[in-house]
Amino acid sequence: MNRPIRRVAVLCLVLFGLLLGNGTYLIVVRQDSLNAHAANRRVRDAEFSQDRGAILVGNTPIADTEPTDGRFGYQRVYPEPERYAHVTGWYSYDRARSGLEEGYNTELAGTDDSLFARRLVDLVTGRTPEGASVVTTIDPAAQRAAEEALGDRKGAVVALDPRTGAVLATVSHPSYDPNRIASHDVEAANEAYAELVDDPDNPLTNRGVREIYPPGSTFKLVTAAAALEAGREPDSEVDTPAELTLPGTQTTLGNDTDCGDGRVSLDRALQLSCNTAFANLGTELGADALREQAERFGFDTRHLPDLNGAASTFPEDPDPAQTALSAIGQFEVAASPLQMAMVAGAIANDGVVMDPYLVSQVRAPNLSTLRETRPRELGRAMSAENAEQLQQMMVNVVDQGTGTNGQIAGVEVGGKTGTAQSDLSQPPYAWFVSAAPMDDPQVAVAVFIEEADIPRNDIAGGRLAAPIAREVTQAVLQ
Amino acid sequence: MAAFDPDAPGVVVVHRKRRNVELAMVLFALLIGLAAYSLVPLNQTGRLPANLPVVAAIWLGLGVAAHLVIRFRLPYADPLLLPCVLLLNGLGLTMIHRIDIINDPPTSGATSQLLWTALGVGLLVGTALLLRDHRPLIRFTYSLGLVGLALLLLPLVPVIGTEEFGARIWIRIAGFSFQPAEVAKVVLAIAFSSYLVEKRDVLALAGARVLGLDLPRARDLGPILIVWVTSLAILVFQRDLGTSLLFFGLFVVMLYVATERPGWAVLGTVLFAAGAAFAVWGASRISQLSHVGVRIESWLHPFADIDQNGQIVSAQFGLAWGGLLGTGLGLGRPGLTPLARSDFIAAAIGEELGMAGLMAVIVVYALVVARGLRASLASKDQFGKLLAMALSFVLALQVFIIIGGVTRLLPLTGLTTPFMSQGGSSMIANWVIVALLLVISHQARKPAATRLESALEDEETQVIETAGGAR
Repeated sequence: MNRPIRRVAVLCLVLFGLLLGNGTYLIVVRQDSLNAHAANRRVRDAEFSQDRGAILVGNTPIADTEPTDGRFGYQRVYPEPERYAHVTGWYSYDRARSGLEEGYNTELAGTDDSLFARRLVDLVTGRTPEGASVVTTIDPAAQRAAEEALGDRKGAVVALDPRTGAVLATVSHPSYDPNRIASHDVEAANEAYAELVDDPDNPLTNRGVREIYPPGSTFKLVTAAAALEAGREPDSEVDTPAELTLPGTQTTLGNDTDCGDGRVSLDRALQLSCNTAFANLGTELGADALREQAERFGFDTRHLPDLNGAASTFPEDPDPAQTALSAIGQFEVAASPLQMAMVAGAIANDGVVMDPYLVSQVRAPNLSTLRETRPRELGRAMSAENAEQLQQMMVNVVDQGTGTNGQIAGVEVGGKTGTAQSDLSQPPYAWFVSAAPMDDPQVAVAVFIEEADIPRNDIAGGRLAAPIAREVTQAVLQ
Repeated sequence: MAAFDPDAPGVVVVHRKRRNVELAMVLFALLIGLAAYSLVPLNQTGRLPANLPVVAAIWLGLGVAAHLVIRFRLPYADPLLLPCVLLLNGLGLTMIHRIDIINDPPTSGATSQLLWTALGVGLLVGTALLLRDHRPLIRFTYSLGLVGLALLLLPLVPVIGTEEFGARIWIRIAGFSFQPAEVAKVVLAIAFSSYLVEKRDVLALAGARVLGLDLPRARDLGPILIVWVTSLAILVFQRDLGTSLLFFGLFVVMLYVATERPGWAVLGTVLFAAGAAFAVWGASRISQLSHVGVRIESWLHPFADIDQNGQIVSAQFGLAWGGLLGTGLGLGRPGLTPLARSDFIAAAIGEELGMAGLMAVIVVYALVVARGLRASLASKDQFGKLLAMALSFVLALQVFIIIGGVTRLLPLTGLTTPFMSQGGSSMIANWVIVALLLVISHQARKPAATRLESALEDEETQVIETAGGAR
């Protein structure tokens, strides 16, 4: 009977071997993916219980952790919740994260590879591990000015430093209170979240960075840039009939301002925002030239990955009528306020587009710098000479055109107004983009208002949006 | 081995008793258990458990008592079995206590488990004092067989049988719940062993030869078919995949070892495969088998429905969280996994002691099995050989099925982890298994002269030896 018993012993050896082999497989192959799984409460709780790093504006935290006696030890707090909600995002138990809380999660949590050595030291010395802090590029005065000037209107303001791409302000209204979603009372937090998701005004939506809208007449800057790059001069004349029948259709397009019924210079057409002049210009230049110019300004690319920014779009293959409408920022052209600030900024920066960024530094708990963002060029949108010509044209818009509400005493401001209709049953969108001072640009602003409750005409952008841009510009320049 | 035959005339082998080695290892195992018990509050609050002296006294008392009884009654028993089992039992008690204190107020699972352990050790002591020799058991073939099958089917009896967690494997009498399959495991191993020792010649030799396999006579197949039908009934009506697999696997391996005919193993495997194939086929068609489909689905794709497969998913997360070295006792989150103190205690061990700790536990099980199989090989009578093999194998198979299920090597089936999971029936049944292995190893290693003396002293033993047909 011994031979079969020995074989049973071998079988038992195989069974135990399989158990040990499977255990090895679990640790060697599957451990990382299991620990990274979203439903893993152990990992989530541990992360929720640690001293998470702060998000800073200057040296002031806009997101911080405070020790508590509760289940998790540390509570995330947002001292100026509404103002910075779309920068910080939220940090919740059940509803994940958003904004910089998501984009810089590993750094804030202290699990990033750059903090590895420190974690090891913490483990050995028994010190409570701390996360790194994230320093933003936000200018608090500009952010406050943008929030206050926008007031109760639905919309967004984005301000950039045209020379570096640093985001100086990004406001989206309506906003929300991330403290409620970060509450340790998970049930209350989930309720608050559900309430915000169901809100018809979509307060969780970051209108400045993550949404795209028809840019309307502000897109005429792109068309004008394409025209200059194609050899036109500011005083080159364009046909601007009072009514233009779009090529190949019966549809007519009119002007919202008095552009006459003849020919007008490119410079004057931009000042008055003449639709028919720019539609003709678009037809002359062609869809490919317009799209190429738009892409050189940054369209079709996602920007500001820290906030998961959206890509602005120019239509794929428009027919001649659609091309004419696209040239004035209608049809399927759609841009984020961030993108339009980049357009104004690039023109002011002598044609060079800077990569926008929101985080300037990641700092270890001992304040040593772990990572620093250096300004980066995305490319050249237009030649310096053409950019200078377009700068002057933008200054003229503010001095004597539709954008006079953007004027600031003693500062050379260049801008462009815009009004866009997405749907005839909805109020139009009002836009204003600007850069100042034009000879030494320090700030480019895009203001977007989702519901401009005034009749559709080009003054909407000038009347509603331009004053907001003025406030933000002044706040930066002071 | 061929050069040396311990059974040859004139050769007397005297094995070393190694009782002091056993005592040293028993103390070592007991201290590991106490250290683990102390580490839980030490890690959580920085203080030793307040009742440490009492617990230490009881625990050391139990272990040393078991050792002393073996020292004087079974002096030639295998010295490694008791320390291994005490180590597993101590870790199991600690883990149950550790999960007890997650609850507010703390539950008292560890206290009752300690009582069951004491009862288990009591049964070991009783076996050593009263039985001392396994051979008298051969007289109860059919009565034990009937008792075993009855125990298996008991949960199907309407009033006393209860269904929990989708399986009907418990009976409840006067407030006590009991898993009769655990006891049936031991009873049936004894019954099968004596039946097969009696019938091995007819099973092995008579019968037609088909496709190179010696098949048995139809009438010898009777009891085998009864076992097959019983395990299928467990599968279908008690919804207990694990117990069904355990019993059928045990019976097939015993048949193979008794007859030394691989044909039996092949036939048994084919029968079980047919049954399993039927269960899988019926999973989506027969409501009685729907649980099989659920189990297989949650084995292959647990993350597809995390709510439904929360237990196995949480066990995976726990093992990953513990990593190689574990979070440390008291510092993990084993309470997140439902049934962490019974079916999923292996996951709790893996989380807090790490995969390294869980593997150490698996290796200790392997040691117990190896020592049991050694006793089987060394045993001089066929009943002892077969019984020791059966008890060792059933232990190995059970550990494989449940730890394999928890670590997602196999579909999960509800079985207890021997000596660790909370549960009285499992605890006493497994202690009886160890008691029987100790008795068999004592008989196997006892010098022949002593055996003769005791045979002369003890008339009953002598009678059995001839009646059992030992060579």
